[in-house]
Amino acid sequence: MARLAHKMALESPRIRADVIEITEFPHLAQRYAVRAVPKTVVNEKIQLSGAQPEAQFLQYILQAGRKPPKTGA
Amino acid sequence: MVSIAKEDQEKIKAYFEENLKEPVKLVYFTQKASKLLVPGRECQFCEETRQILEEVASLSSKATLEVHDLVAESEVATSFGVEMIPATVMVGQNKGAIRYFGIPSGYEFSTLIEDIADLSTGNSNLSAKTKEELATLTEDVHIQVFVTPT
Repeated sequence: MARLAHKMALESPRIRADVIEITEFPHLAQRYAVRAVPKTVVNEKIQLSGAQPEAQFLQYILQAGRKPPKTGA
Repeated sequence: MVSIAKEDQEKIKAYFEENLKEPVKLVYFTQKASKLLVPGRECQFCEETRQILEEVASLSSKATLEVHDLVAESEVATSFGVEMIPATVMVGQNKGAIRYFGIPSGYEFSTLIEDIADLSTGNSNLSAKTKEELATLTEDVHIQVFVTPT
């Protein structure tokens, strides 16, 4: 997951990808209830456990990083 | 004392020789070694992390290390959005921000090495579809991946 997140940031100026060694930052482990690794948090609201395939992870990133299209009325 | 084994150094050197194109800068934030421990400020792995980064940077003329003090050089830290240490910001052919917090040891050591190659070439090896879709992002996305050193 660490590599995939960094690769995504390599490609988009919109992305900031942080890999965090959780035992050194226990306050974050607590804040995000990290019980198993890898755990991935996208924009505070999407939480993913375990390794994600590229295509699936992309969908979560798009969900977080695109304004929903306005529906014509 | 953490140190990269001699044979691993040779392997990494050869890997860098083969894969690095453009320069990559590792911008490392730490704290000055002090006998005075400020509660909540002591950084358990800052020295070890620095040593790993120094050794890695020494394995290629295209990799450089820049070291900053989080407190004394707070304006630099702020410009990279760094608030906690040890922090390593990797700068190369990247469009977004690529950062590592904590010691890059164990399994994550290879993350560091392979990241450096990606940053040097600008080639993520992501699929064409992924790259196309990422180009359509309109909002900022912050990804945090939590790992352990094992």
